[in-house]
Amino acid sequence: MLRTFPKGGIHPPENKLTSSKPIKRLPLPKVVYVPIAQHIGIPAEIIVDRKDKVEIGQVIAKSGGFVSSNIHSPVAGTVTKLDKIVDTRGYKKQCIVIRTDVKNESNFEETEYPLKKEINLKPKEILQHISDFGIVGLGGATFPSHVKLQIKEGKKLDHLIINGVECEPYLTADHRLMLEKAEEILVGIRILMHALDVNRAIIGIENNKKDAIDIFKKLTSGESGIQIAALKVKYPQGGEKQLVRALLNREVPKNGLPLDVGVVVHNVGTVFAIYQAVQHNRPLMERVVTVTGKKLDQPSNFWVKIGTPIKDLIDAVGGVPENTRKIVSGGPMMGKALKNMDVPVTKGTSGILVIAEDEASRGAPKNCIRCGECVDVCPMGLEPHLLMNLSEKGMYEKALREDILTCIECGSCSYVCPSHRPLLDYIRFGKSIVKQLETKTA
Amino acid sequence: MMDSILHSAILLALLGTVAALILYVVSKKFYVYENPLIAEVEELLPAANCAGCGFPGCKSFAEKLVNTEDISDLFCPVGGNEVMKLVSETLGKEVAEKDPTVAVVRCQGGCDVRPKTTEYQGPKSCTISALIYSGETDCQYGCLGDGDCVEVCSFDAMYMDEATGLPVVITDKCTSCGMCVDACPRDIIEMRPKKKRDLKIYVGCLNEEKGGFARKACSVACIGCSKCVDACPKDAIVVENNLAYIDPAYCTLCRKCVPVCPTHSIIETNFPPRKVKKVEAKVTAKVESVKPQKDA
Amino acid sequence: MSGQPFIVSASPHVHSERTSEKLMYDVVIALIPVFLVSLYVFGINAFIATAAAVVSCLLFEYLIQRYLLKTNVTVGDGSALITGILLAFNLPAGIPIWMIVVGSLVAIGVAKLSFGGLGYNIFNPALVGRVFLLVSFPVEMTLWPTAVENNTTIVDAVTGATTLGLIKEGVQFGQTISEINMQLPSTTDMFLGITAGSLGEMSAIALLLGGLYMIIRKVISWHIPITVLVTIAIMTGIFWWIDPEQFANPLIHVLSGGAILGAFFMATDLVTSPVTKKGMVIFAIGIGVITVVIRLWGAYPEGISFAILIMNAFVPLINSYFKPRRFGSKIKAKIV
Repeated sequence: MLRTFPKGGIHPPENKLTSSKPIKRLPLPKVVYVPIAQHIGIPAEIIVDRKDKVEIGQVIAKSGGFVSSNIHSPVAGTVTKLDKIVDTRGYKKQCIVIRTDVKNESNFEETEYPLKKEINLKPKEILQHISDFGIVGLGGATFPSHVKLQIKEGKKLDHLIINGVECEPYLTADHRLMLEKAEEILVGIRILMHALDVNRAIIGIENNKKDAIDIFKKLTSGESGIQIAALKVKYPQGGEKQLVRALLNREVPKNGLPLDVGVVVHNVGTVFAIYQAVQHNRPLMERVVTVTGKKLDQPSNFWVKIGTPIKDLIDAVGGVPENTRKIVSGGPMMGKALKNMDVPVTKGTSGILVIAEDEASRGAPKNCIRCGECVDVCPMGLEPHLLMNLSEKGMYEKALREDILTCIECGSCSYVCPSHRPLLDYIRFGKSIVKQLETKTA
Repeated sequence: MMDSILHSAILLALLGTVAALILYVVSKKFYVYENPLIAEVEELLPAANCAGCGFPGCKSFAEKLVNTEDISDLFCPVGGNEVMKLVSETLGKEVAEKDPTVAVVRCQGGCDVRPKTTEYQGPKSCTISALIYSGETDCQYGCLGDGDCVEVCSFDAMYMDEATGLPVVITDKCTSCGMCVDACPRDIIEMRPKKKRDLKIYVGCLNEEKGGFARKACSVACIGCSKCVDACPKDAIVVENNLAYIDPAYCTLCRKCVPVCPTHSIIETNFPPRKVKKVEAKVTAKVESVKPQKDA
Repeated sequence: MSGQPFIVSASPHVHSERTSEKLMYDVVIALIPVFLVSLYVFGINAFIATAAAVVSCLLFEYLIQRYLLKTNVTVGDGSALITGILLAFNLPAGIPIWMIVVGSLVAIGVAKLSFGGLGYNIFNPALVGRVFLLVSFPVEMTLWPTAVENNTTIVDAVTGATTLGLIKEGVQFGQTISEINMQLPSTTDMFLGITAGSLGEMSAIALLLGGLYMIIRKVISWHIPITVLVTIAIMTGIFWWIDPEQFANPLIHVLSGGAILGAFFMATDLVTSPVTKKGMVIFAIGIGVITVVIRLWGAYPEGISFAILIMNAFVPLINSYFKPRRFGSKIKAKIV
């Protein structure tokens, strides 16, 4: 029996079109637009000016506080402007525009480093590296990793969980990374185990990535400490709380963190970035992005420099196909529909999904027939149909009592609703108002 | 026969007496004293229960008025100075006097001047669509057009203009309760002083982007060129973040700023038409769409 | 790139294939075997009754929505179609057509649209229509044409009582069950559908077939029908065990009357049943208990329609008391 979380969840068509496509390097972008708010928390502070020459990997924006992160120049070049660029929500946000210096050789340097296994740093130094080199959670939430790794006193920790689930349909970035960089990821896991002083780690991988499971099993055979767990394919298993429940049968308490049950969860992409930062002093300047869609000529996985406009990525796979009506940054379940293709790739961009006309439109919402389907699939044990009604009618206090704030916005309810009701739209809205009310009363 | 009539009559009488007793006891035991002034003051208030005063309804506002010593910071925007004066007479307390205001919509980016670059699908609510993204047009400051303000207006003083897709304030009905100001996620609606004959001059734009971008997104956007600042004899106009703002406290409604605006983003309402030149004729034509309609 | 602008909407950007229409039409498909059996048993009359109910339900929905409420017309969503079919299946074959029309009007107009239409109704519309007719026209509603094979003529020539009706009458006249048993159809007949009764409660096997289809297609879950039937069986079983001469055996109770039709098709109506599985079980136990109470001690021989309607009224209460377990509301984990 494969492990999974017990309550709720859905299984949308996987559509992993690119799982057999090796990660290619995207041609060097001419201009990069590096936003200063790529992580959750305080935006970074710009420390370069117009016309400054920047080296590859140089810090161009400094962490603005504890929950913040450094931002490094992904290319060698010249800062042309401190401008604004649309983010995934279509709002213009501060960014640093850098023109790539095509003559600078460091831009073309071999970025594949030889595997380095020995860990020479002390836990404190590891944390410093992770913080200095701008590592944030690459699974999508972009929470600064060093914050997650600083264990408050009094908290006990016994497991490190590595999230290789990639439960979103279409996306294969983590899958390919696990296949191609398995050894590096294992070193990264050991680095984290060393830094956190835990001796047990579990890599959770869904069973639709058997090849990745096999590779890790082979590499870790005869070795105690790191365990590979095959999981039943079920969305949203990549959610921290669901993953911890599936792997360890522990439930993260309401409004709590995995740390409350003695666990820290990191994404495989993050682990690889940590490996590079700690072993090779390489800042987070690029990431794997899946560019996919049913109508694309050649959906692919790319190594992409942070700040590359999404247009470059789509051009690299043969341009926008006819009848494209929607472009999504991220996966189809939780990604954001983009307003245009000027949006740059950030640390949190895991994929670009191009959706054609026939699948882009939403169905017209109809009356709720109280089938209870949303209640069945909600992995958090909520009642989405009720929360939507409460939000719509402005009954926010009741919504708070019905635990609206524990919603993880996985979208399973909207996905299954046979009446096409915009459940998550309203729940998100209700959540934002409830949060406002909470801060007001607090 | 007589028996059953008698029985039922007695039974009913008994039931009635018991119920009356219960009612009497309860009404005595749970009697809450209420200051008769509260009812009196409530009588004076407009009974619109719009919450424009900051209290849930007229009753709770009346309670507050009666129970607080200093009521100079309380004001009923719907009743205005007249009602507040009556309240003052009844309670013998000083009240504030405020100039009447009226809601204005500071966006004139209708469908024809501000092209839609994306199509939004989801619940028809400005607050929700603003949560998701910056709106169907390239202007992230302007009206989203889903009519949250119209929805909250309890006086039917607003409606969506079908041609432009923008909300329109019916000045005569507007009580300046301020519900629309709170409802708008973009803060487009502003309360401006209600002058004689409802003359108004204000900047119909909130776009803080640089001129070129603003202009590209919307042809009547304020581009922050400062020409109006130069034209204003009273220094009532400031340009900040590429956006002009006319301070109603200093504006004398001289109309000198209106013709100099290259993008026609300054709106004037209810002025008599100008006699001269073509350019200005175009200005008034633009204004037509946002002009309040008397009997809509 | 096409000329049309990009669509922006909130996540998720994919949707499952299931729609409420498909759900409704799956129910219709599930009712086909039952319909065929009733055609076989009652001939053309079954067809006329069903057609009359369906047509008048659709027509009333259209007329009321279009001209009275002036809202969007939702005739196409299949819910009125199901109401029509289920109403017909709950009526005796020989009932005059005008009564069917009145029943449809009550079902659609009173029970459904006056509450706000699909999704807002508290009571199952078809059952409201049926109970209204049963209370208003008790004679016509209990005039059961007996099942005569290949009967294509007007049926009201031969009428008989239903199984439950026979038992009720017999017990009232002081007969013992073994005496009554002589007059009852065999359980095989009940299972296959050769008894007296409403159009749709004829054949247990056809009903089970339809129910199974709905469970496989995940239109309904097994919780409600199975719990209803098990509750009926257990409760009647207890009384049968106490005094087999006073009370009929549980098999007769489960197979006769509208038990299976009610359990699979009426009680499981999505709108008027609880949303959580826990709630469904409570709801179904309630139906079973009330059904048995009415059957054994009530004035009517059959009680499942009343039982379902009574429990329908409790659904909002059940929904607010039986909530799914919130994630993270459990106990602490042991950290090693």
